[in-house]
Parts: sequence; structure tokens; C-alpha cells
Amino acid sequence: MVKIHERKFVSADPDKCVGCQVCEYICSWTKEKSFNPLKSRIRVVRLNPLVNVSITCRLCEDPPCVAACPRDALTQSEETGIIMVDEDKCNGCGWCIEACDYGAIMLHPDRKVVFSCDLCKEKGEPQCVKWCPEEALDLVTADVLAQKARFTVTKKLFQEALKETTK
Amino acid sequence: MLHGYAGRILHIDLTTGKTHVEPLNEEYAKKYIGGIGLGMRLWLDQSKPGVEPLSPENPLILATGPISGTVWPTGGNGHAFVSKSPQSYGVGEAKSHGSFGTELKRAGYDAVIFKGKAEKPVYVWIDDDSVQLLDASHLMGKSPADTEDAIREELGDYYIRVAAIGPAGEKLVKIACIINDKTRAAGRTGLGAVMGSKNLKAIAVRGTRDITVAKPEEFLEYVKEFHERMKGPATQKYRTLGTPENVLVHNALHCMPTRNYNNATFEGAERVSGEVLNDRYVAKVIGCSSCAMRCEHVCVVAEGPYKGTMTRMEYEPLWALGPYCGIDRLDAIIKGMDLCNYYGMDSISAGVIVGFAMDCYEKGILTEKDTDGIDAKFGNHEALVKLLEKMGKREGIGDILAEGVKGAAEKIGNGAEKLALHIKGVEVTGYDLRCLKTAALGFAVSFRGADHNRHGAYAFDVKGKVNRLKAEKGRGKLVKDMEDMYTLIDSFIVCKFSRGTYYKELEDMTKLYNLVTGAEMTTQEMKMAGERINNLARVFNVREGLGRKDDSLPWKVMNQPITDEGPSKGAYVTQEELDLLLDDYYEARGWTREGVPTVAKLKELGMDDLIHIVEEKM
Repeated sequence: MVKIHERKFVSADPDKCVGCQVCEYICSWTKEKSFNPLKSRIRVVRLNPLVNVSITCRLCEDPPCVAACPRDALTQSEETGIIMVDEDKCNGCGWCIEACDYGAIMLHPDRKVVFSCDLCKEKGEPQCVKWCPEEALDLVTADVLAQKARFTVTKKLFQEALKETTK
Repeated sequence: MLHGYAGRILHIDLTTGKTHVEPLNEEYAKKYIGGIGLGMRLWLDQSKPGVEPLSPENPLILATGPISGTVWPTGGNGHAFVSKSPQSYGVGEAKSHGSFGTELKRAGYDAVIFKGKAEKPVYVWIDDDSVQLLDASHLMGKSPADTEDAIREELGDYYIRVAAIGPAGEKLVKIACIINDKTRAAGRTGLGAVMGSKNLKAIAVRGTRDITVAKPEEFLEYVKEFHERMKGPATQKYRTLGTPENVLVHNALHCMPTRNYNNATFEGAERVSGEVLNDRYVAKVIGCSSCAMRCEHVCVVAEGPYKGTMTRMEYEPLWALGPYCGIDRLDAIIKGMDLCNYYGMDSISAGVIVGFAMDCYEKGILTEKDTDGIDAKFGNHEALVKLLEKMGKREGIGDILAEGVKGAAEKIGNGAEKLALHIKGVEVTGYDLRCLKTAALGFAVSFRGADHNRHGAYAFDVKGKVNRLKAEKGRGKLVKDMEDMYTLIDSFIVCKFSRGTYYKELEDMTKLYNLVTGAEMTTQEMKMAGERINNLARVFNVREGLGRKDDSLPWKVMNQPITDEGPSKGAYVTQEELDLLLDDYYEARGWTREGVPTVAKLKELGMDDLIHIVEEKM
């Protein structure tokens, strides 16, 4: 059995993300054979020209979407942490959508059941990560995410010192 | 229907409020591709000769391209507006990118035709098949960006895409543009005024349809290849310094028009260079929908009188609002750009108009009384800001300047027309035509008036592939071939910054078209489509009364040699040189000496149905 902290999810680096939507197009193509952001599991948010980031399922350790489902249509894979939808049970009521803080579970416009990122399990790797032209997307564990954050903040703190040492 | 096309055209009559949908004529799709090609063809069908640009009878066409809505890098996202220009009285066309075009395609339309005039200000809400005219009185006076936010808020969907005019478009300022995604403008030829004349404040779109392509596997392989190309040398400039890199390049070549063409170099160039802009002001470089290149240099002013201003920046507005007005402060230039976005004005034309006003002021043609007390000397950044505001509001001197340099010069008189730098009524752009003679030809014959983006002929001059100071035979063919390529780019609607990634221009573009649409076009046929669209534009202009006399250059370009010491000193274009260049170009095009496409040429290009237009002019 895989340890919980080894679960990986797709995360966008807001410094690198330019809001180009290539991830949306590739996701909807991979999953639905159409270019249609409404059918993408990852969605871009552009607050203003400077603030862009793509958001998808974080594979929460205690997923509120699963807890919120009144029909037990949602379960979390113990192995990978992805949220699985039993489409026969889901009636599109939207409690999971309301429960998710990230807007990462959505109602499918045609099938009227919810859908969420499954890390492209059939492809072996998330296609959005593979295609992102800015390399802004990463498949990471929560642990690695925290490591990255630590290094980034430390670099920022010691920018001047780093310049000196690399002269 | 071919893949790639939505197969539908939406008609909106703003007078009656009625809308209807007609199928896209497949022959048009093959012959005129999409974007400006399809737009100009639809305009010709939908209008009467001699129509007044700001009358309800002038249709405004909005068109996407065959690859809009796909993941094709830079290509999925473009849209074009076409109408009769209130500046040139000929072809008015402007493209923009961002994410508006892709949404319109998903709503299921290749083109939207706006006719008539709404009784009260309205905005159009296209929600897939549902099309409504909604009241826009509460949006009047708002900037395009604020309009976009307000519409999203009231329709309750943050992903709705909006193209809107600002206060300048409402007041029929001749250089008004149409802005989408807050800072992306369909800028040139004054189409914002056409939209304003229809009482149409904004177009809001939501599209939920699937976009598919004819050969998906091969298409995605091709996309992947172009993602790699777009990380390579062909786009390096746009990804790094961006087009403002041109400031120092043009200055070194002495081909940067400064102080309304009084100089061809700028002593303050180092202070307003792309290098300084990137170092001090660029906060982030972002991209359009589906783009793998990213070029949009977002600038933020952190201190000083213009603190808090945020906008994107390119060479042309930087040049127009800066060196052209003698201004060497980047914070003021960024503020100027922000004001153009706020009022919804073409920033190139706006800068050239201010430069013109400053020249008039320094020569005493305009006095401080005329300028409402503004000390409009070259280099006065406060005057720049005030004049832009007045122009956007059509207030005082701004009411005159809002007519564009040509219209303003006619009103001012007293020799002002010699200081008005325009071609076909459209203000010049940042290349000194006196010392770039291939560019001078390209600008003179450009079907939408003075413009570097209709041919890119400056590249031959700037890169030293020809003697830039000499007018000689052969330039006509150079300009023609590049024009044909550029009309294709604007009809596919791919981004011009990506043009270098099409290593084998025609072959690559033909392959793209065929993979998306499933057509089996040959490169020869594609080349012919490029030529056909240029002829179409000329037929448009000929029908509206334009001809050789309008393929001209501004007075200063032909009468005031460059005085700056250096490689360009003494350069200007004589009438003999211009005539030689025009003759050579018309010959390369297979047109008459008067610049009219011949019956034989139109037949060759399969445009028999438009022959009657040129026959009337023979």
C-alpha cells in the first residue's frame, strides 16, 4: 500500500503560469476528444493580468466532496487519492461542488454528473503537466510542495547574498 | 461542411432587434479562409457602394478563423473586425487576440454581422444559440475593462468574454478601438467609432460547444512540434525584451521618427528602451489563450506621479506616446497607454495625434489659447496626459484632435496638413519611411492605410537585405509576396509574432489548414488564396473610390529630408521614386497603372462575381 504522503497531485506555480489555457484544451481533448474548457478537469483563473493560476483537484487527505455526497457516489482511491465518481449513483445535486474550496469538482455539461481530475491514470501521467508550455504545472506530493515553498522563500530572503556568492 | 468552421453566420439587426442565422457558404470558406478575408467578402455582400462609415448602413463584421477554438498555439484565440473605416473611407480591419475569438467559435459562429443602429445604447449577449440585445445605458462612459467586469457580474459568469468600446467609441472619436480581455485591442482604422455609431457598447459571448478537428492525432503532433518551435529563436524577441527591443535598434539605424518626424533619432532613447522597460517596469509576461509563446509584457509603475498604473506595452505605443512626442519618461508613456485603454483609443494613432498637436504648437499654428492652456511642447509629459484625456472625452482641443491627424489638420488649416503624418487618413507607425524605402512602398499601398502590419516590408530594410535608401525595381515583388503571406496570417488569424515559426511558410500553413479542416488544399492554392484576399481588399477600396492617388506618402516624408547626422541624413522619398515603386508594385500585382485589379486577374483568382466592380472603374 502506498503511503499517504506519497500521493501526488497537479499543482500550478503562480509565478510561471501565464493563463494560456493549454492545460484546459489538452485535458478536454484527452478526456472528451474535444477542445472545450467546460469539459476540462483543470481550469484557469485570471484575476488580473498579473494573477494567473490553473486549479485542479488537490486530492485532499480528508476530501470534503466525498463527505458531502448524500448518495455515496464519491469515493477516494486509497492508493492514489483520486476522487472516483460512481456515475450511476451521482444525480448531479452539487453538494460536492459546494463543499470543494477549490472549484475542482464540476458538473459535466452533457452527462450531468460530476467529474474531477484523475491524473490521466489511463495515460500514465497527467497530460496537462506534459503539455504546459511554461512548465508551470507539476505532479507533486504535499511534501515536495512544502519543500519547494521553503526553498523559494529562502531564496527570496537571501537574494542579495546569493548574488554575492555566484559572482 | 469543412471541419474547423462552425458553419454558421449570425446576423444581428440592431435597428429592429431581429437576429437570424445563415449557413456559412463553403465556397467562401475555401476562397477567403476566415478572419479578414471572410470579413471583407461578407462586408462587400452586405453593403452598398459609397456608404457612410458612421451611418447605420455600414455593416460591422466580426469574424473568427478556421483554427479558432483549437489548441493551435496563438491561433486558437484570434478574432477580426471588418467594416468601412471612418478614417480612410476604405477597408477598415483590425484583429485582436486573447480569449474572445475562441469563445465566439464555441458559441457556434464563424462570423457575426451587425447592421443598423440601436435606438438606445445596448450590448449584445450571445449565449450559444440565444442572442439578446440588453440595455447598456448603465455602462455608458465606462472603460472597456470596467464594462467587461460589469457585464460578467450582472450575467453571473466569470468566464464570459467581452469585447467593448470605451468613452472614445461612444463619442465617435475617429481612432476609437474595440478592446477585449481588458488590454487587447482591435486597434487600427477606427472601428470602435463604427461600433459606437451603432449604439453598440459591447459584445458578450459564452460558448459551450465542442471544437474538433479533421485529423486530431496528426494535428496534435503538429501542435507539439510548434510548441517546441515557439521556444526557439524565431520567437525569442517576443519572449524576452518584447517588441520594445526595437527602440534601440531603430534609433541606431536612424529610422525612428521622433518629434512628429522632425528627427529620425531620439537622444532620450536609452531612457525609454526595451531594456530599461523590462528592468524597471515589467512585472510579468503573460499569454493569450492557447499560446505557447507568451509575449504580453505587463508593466507596473511603482512610484512617482503615475504610481499604480498597470498596462501591457509594445514598441509601437511606446514609440508613439514617447519619442514621437519627444517624451523620455517610461512612467508617463505607460500612463499614456493606460489612458488609451481606458478611453478605448488606438494608442499608435493617439500618440501620433499628440505629436502632431505638439508640432503645430511649436510652430505657432496652435497657440496656448487653442490648446485650452496646455503647454503642448515636445517632451511635456503632462501635456501628453491632458491631451489624451481631452481627446478621449472630445473636450475642447480634444474635439478637434479626435478627428485624427487628417481631419484635425483640415479643421486647423494654416499649413497644419503638412504636419499631418498619415496615409489614407490613418496615422503612421514607428518606422521612418524616408530612409526605409521598401517599407515606404508597403505603407503607401497598404489597404488599411499607414501600417507596418500589412506587409512587414521594413524587415528587408532594417535587416540590410536591400539598400534601404534606394528606390529600385524589384521592391514591388518583395512587398507583394509578403502582403500575400500577411493576409493569410490575418485570415487564419494566427498571431504575427509567431510568423517566424512557420519555417516553410506556405507549406506549413497549408498543412495546418488541411489537418484542421480536412480540405486537401495545395500550397499553390493557398498562395493564390493570399493573393486573392489582397485583390479582394483592393476591390473593396476601388469600389469605395480609392485608387493610385491614395497610395501616397505624407508630405514630410516627401519634402523634409532627415537632418540628423548619420546613415540616414538627407534621406526622403521623391515623387519620381514613389511613382517608380508604385508602377513596379502594380506590375507585380498584375493591376492597371491606376492600381485597379484587371478583369483577367480577377478571373485567374476565381473572383468572377466581383468583376462588375472593376469594370465600372475602367
